[in-house]
Amino acid sequence: MNWDWSNVEDFMPHFWDGLLVTLQALAWGTLIAFSLGLLWAIAQRSDQVWIRWPVTAITEFIRNTPLLVQLFFLFTVVPEFGPTMSPLTTGIVGLGLHYSTYTAEVYRAGIEGVPVGQWEAATALSLPKRRTWTAIILPQAIRRVIPALGNYVVSMLKDSPQIAAIGALDMLGEAKGFTQATFTYEAISIVGIAFIVIAYPASVLLRVLERRLVR
Amino acid sequence: MSADSSTSKETVNPTVDGSELIRFDKVTKRFGSHVVLDELDFSVASGKHVTLIGPSGSGKTTILRLLMTLMKPEEGTIKVGGEYLTHETKNGKLVPASEKYTREVRKNIGMVFQQFNLFPNMKVLRNITEAPVQVLGLSKDEAEQRARELLELVGLTEHIDKYPSQLSGGQQQRVAIARALAMRPQVLLLDEVTSALDPELVAGVLDVLRDIAHTTDITMLCVTHEMNFARDISDQVLMFDSGRVIEAGTPEKIFTEPEHERTREFLSAVL
Repeated sequence: MNWDWSNVEDFMPHFWDGLLVTLQALAWGTLIAFSLGLLWAIAQRSDQVWIRWPVTAITEFIRNTPLLVQLFFLFTVVPEFGPTMSPLTTGIVGLGLHYSTYTAEVYRAGIEGVPVGQWEAATALSLPKRRTWTAIILPQAIRRVIPALGNYVVSMLKDSPQIAAIGALDMLGEAKGFTQATFTYEAISIVGIAFIVIAYPASVLLRVLERRLVR
Repeated sequence: MSADSSTSKETVNPTVDGSELIRFDKVTKRFGSHVVLDELDFSVASGKHVTLIGPSGSGKTTILRLLMTLMKPEEGTIKVGGEYLTHETKNGKLVPASEKYTREVRKNIGMVFQQFNLFPNMKVLRNITEAPVQVLGLSKDEAEQRARELLELVGLTEHIDKYPSQLSGGQQQRVAIARALAMRPQVLLLDEVTSALDPELVAGVLDVLRDIAHTTDITMLCVTHEMNFARDISDQVLMFDSGRVIEAGTPEKIFTEPEHERTREFLSAVL
């Protein structure tokens, strides 16, 4: 087999479309996963059983079922009784929701890692609950879990091609279509390289953050 | 020892007068089946400096933690300044206090911890101003003014813009003292505040506390193993054993002519 630049040229417009989908899914998915995960983690520490228990049940359920099943569920079952979303939006919600159950565990570990003396000092100063969370506990907890959270961004990038199954053609989805139509291998090679080009700098950045934040 | 156990059943009730600030009434605290405080009655008069001594596990720290509402008693009531701390009266009945009510009464109480517990994500200044701004509603300027005065009192003015991790243990503890005082509490609880410090740093912290004890009318409850310090600042020393006050008196009396056999044993072991 010989590398044929004309195949590359033909594929590139599809590649840019796919890249845009991948990056959108990753950016919005991360935003959802990071904020929703924090919400789960705080809810799981509520003193109200009726908050704690359902949240634990839902997050356990999502974490222990495949992302692909959840994507199909969101795309085909949810519209029966809820909102109908475009493939890309569904993919973003699916990725974000799925990964929020993992980031929740990361936040939980970070929150539990804050010494109990910090809560006690906040009580001794009569600081309200909300202020204790926002000014004392979370800044300390999040700082030490940023590297662990970052790992899930890389994981999410690698899981993002699954959204092609519901029709949101990410870069791998585009490459697959192109390859099956032309029986060439350039497209899939380019996408492979693109994953490394996105993921590797992210990993490096994470290591830098880790050195700076976790002391 | 049998004579001891019979006498330790009698609870000494040290200060019963009109100006009592803190009152424990038949307070029982258990951890599982282990009884830490057993129907403890005691009171502290306003402005007094009281030191709690006794073997570890005798319930001294538990008293401070109950007062700070870091834990709740199984039975009995605690009053601070005539108000219930753990309970409130609703329709003439005594019910467990709500979080909001407790927070209000608790504002009168400050605490300094063995492990300092400064907020590591905040600079020294903000550690001190955070609660006065958020809880007492002081303006940022007022709170900073107050913080500067307190930092001067504890001798740390030049460290105002540092993070706690940049300070020595003794300096951190002095910031913690300033932080507690910034709330202008009526009662200051000191829980083995020098136990976690390197020996050469203890004196600086104790000097600050002596200064506060001699120049303010703040009521102090102090758990310490520093007997010389206790002698210096205390109006009264309470000897604890197995969750009861077995002897109470002035430092002169307790340290020089203790009546109780357990007190004598304890003092000869620590002095």
